[in-house]
Amino acid sequence: MKKTVSDEKRFIAIATVILVVISIVALFPMILLVVASFTDENELITNGYQILPKKLSLEAYTYMVKQAATIVRSYLVTIGTTVVGTGLSVLLTTSIAYPMARKTFKYRNALSFFVYFTMLFNGGLVPQYIMWTTFFHIKDTYAALIFPNLLMTAFNIFLVRNYYSNSLPEALYEAAQLDGASEIGIFTKIVFPLSKPVVATIGLFTGLSYWNSWTNALYYVQDPKYFGIQNLLMRIMKNIEYLRSGASELAAEGQAVSLPGNSIRMALAFVGILPIIIIYPMLQKYFIKGVVVGAVKG
Amino acid sequence: MPKSKKKYASKNTLALLFIALPGITYLIINNYIPIVGTFIAFKKFSYAKGIWGSPWCGLNNFKFLFLTDDAWVITRNTLLYNLAFIVIGTVVSVIFAILLHELGELLRGKFFQSVLLFPHLLSWVVTAYLVYALLGSTTGFVNNTILNALGKKGVDWYTAKTAWPFILVIVYLWKNAGYNAIVYMAGIAGIDKEIYEAAKIDGASKLKQITAITLPLLRPTIIIMTLMAIGRVFYSDFGLFYQVPMNAGTLFSTTQTIDTYVYRGLMEQGNVGMSSAAGVYQSLVGFALVMIANFIVRKKDPENALF
Repeated sequence: MKKTVSDEKRFIAIATVILVVISIVALFPMILLVVASFTDENELITNGYQILPKKLSLEAYTYMVKQAATIVRSYLVTIGTTVVGTGLSVLLTTSIAYPMARKTFKYRNALSFFVYFTMLFNGGLVPQYIMWTTFFHIKDTYAALIFPNLLMTAFNIFLVRNYYSNSLPEALYEAAQLDGASEIGIFTKIVFPLSKPVVATIGLFTGLSYWNSWTNALYYVQDPKYFGIQNLLMRIMKNIEYLRSGASELAAEGQAVSLPGNSIRMALAFVGILPIIIIYPMLQKYFIKGVVVGAVKG
Repeated sequence: MPKSKKKYASKNTLALLFIALPGITYLIINNYIPIVGTFIAFKKFSYAKGIWGSPWCGLNNFKFLFLTDDAWVITRNTLLYNLAFIVIGTVVSVIFAILLHELGELLRGKFFQSVLLFPHLLSWVVTAYLVYALLGSTTGFVNNTILNALGKKGVDWYTAKTAWPFILVIVYLWKNAGYNAIVYMAGIAGIDKEIYEAAKIDGASKLKQITAITLPLLRPTIIIMTLMAIGRVFYSDFGLFYQVPMNAGTLFSTTQTIDTYVYRGLMEQGNVGMSSAAGVYQSLVGFALVMIANFIVRKKDPENALF
């Protein structure tokens, strides 16, 4: 008996050591990025990105504050599209999932197949691009950041449908109907308010995909005023001087500061992921639950 | 009585359809119209003439596509990368899941899981920045610190074609292994504890318990996950293959997949015909693969079949 206990302890010790090593490897690029954003620009030019730089500096952040116009704008674009997109997505997803969960609904299976088929067959980028640009003319609009692709996924719809069919009993609907409630009333006054846990999960998935989205702007946006934070990052990776464009007036007055390009790139990337780091501990639970439920039965 | 019930039911049907209508409309626009729109792959499309005005050209776009080396390169890359992701990814995710499960009750177990899941929440743009911080030719950590310390000359990673299959597999694992481990952890958590208790009484070591209990009982989950991944081998993650190599043209022979090819054909070369042909090729083969994979899943384990 004693042998088993020590074997178990030894295993846990070994597992801990392995996971410590893996965690360090996983976190290393993140740490490098954060340290780099606080490193002196000349130090970066001579020695590159390091974990223990010889000279630290806040110049990347002071530059960002001084020349904030472009950065603040893209941040607001990202926040706006995330909030609007996620809100719309929750409304659309729950409202199509609800009839699919109703056992008395005549077209229940047809509707499920209609949603399901979108996972099987994908028309691809070319027809999608031509449709959005020539029928709906969404080039260079905020709609381009919100509507294509991200608004609804079959995965989320089935997640909500399963939640409704598993946790809301048929008796609930019968009782509500006997009380004279209409279908729309049942959905808006009874079912939707009971959806909090699943709304948290799909809201998290969708919010994250809007926050991290860069493809829609890549396809449909040329005017930088519609760039969110991800597309601003893409742009300054290619050309750091782009940041100056928001500060052209200052430059004209001869106040242009030298651009700490290497550190400011990393500082901006850090600012872009900061909100995710902040909400991550609160939302991890919902995230994991969603992945498990979704994977077990899609 | 039956008559009024029928009337009630049809009213009920209409109301429920009405509730679903906005969602149905969105899916018709975003998903179904483009499916119908795949017919443009059979046209000699020009923006000036539009979809209806452009003349039909039969299978010409497909002929041109398959006459080039491109079709072969993008198919090979897409399939081989997916194969590597499935094999290596599954092994790593299952190892993560077993290790994390052992520490699951402990605070550090939760901490490790948070750390390993975190990369999955970052965008591909930010991921490309992280890779750049490591591999950038003048300021990258690998060239300046690691290779420098070893007394070696720096490598220009963003032109080093042969390195990218390794780099992309590592980046894939970094981003996805912790995420995929969640599903395997759920599978391990579902195994009956009494089996382990019985094994312990028989004096089985931890390692023996893993090889004789955990892995065999996890097999159905692994098979299902693998089959589902096989159904997707004709698709690739656009962000991984577009962002992480920084769209570097010299790397195309080892980083170009069907998805990046379709994008570049459409947006960078304006070659709508070739691009749409590649897209339809992906849709059709992809569809066939999903159907086959699901057919096998349904035979093995109807509970987990998609339909």
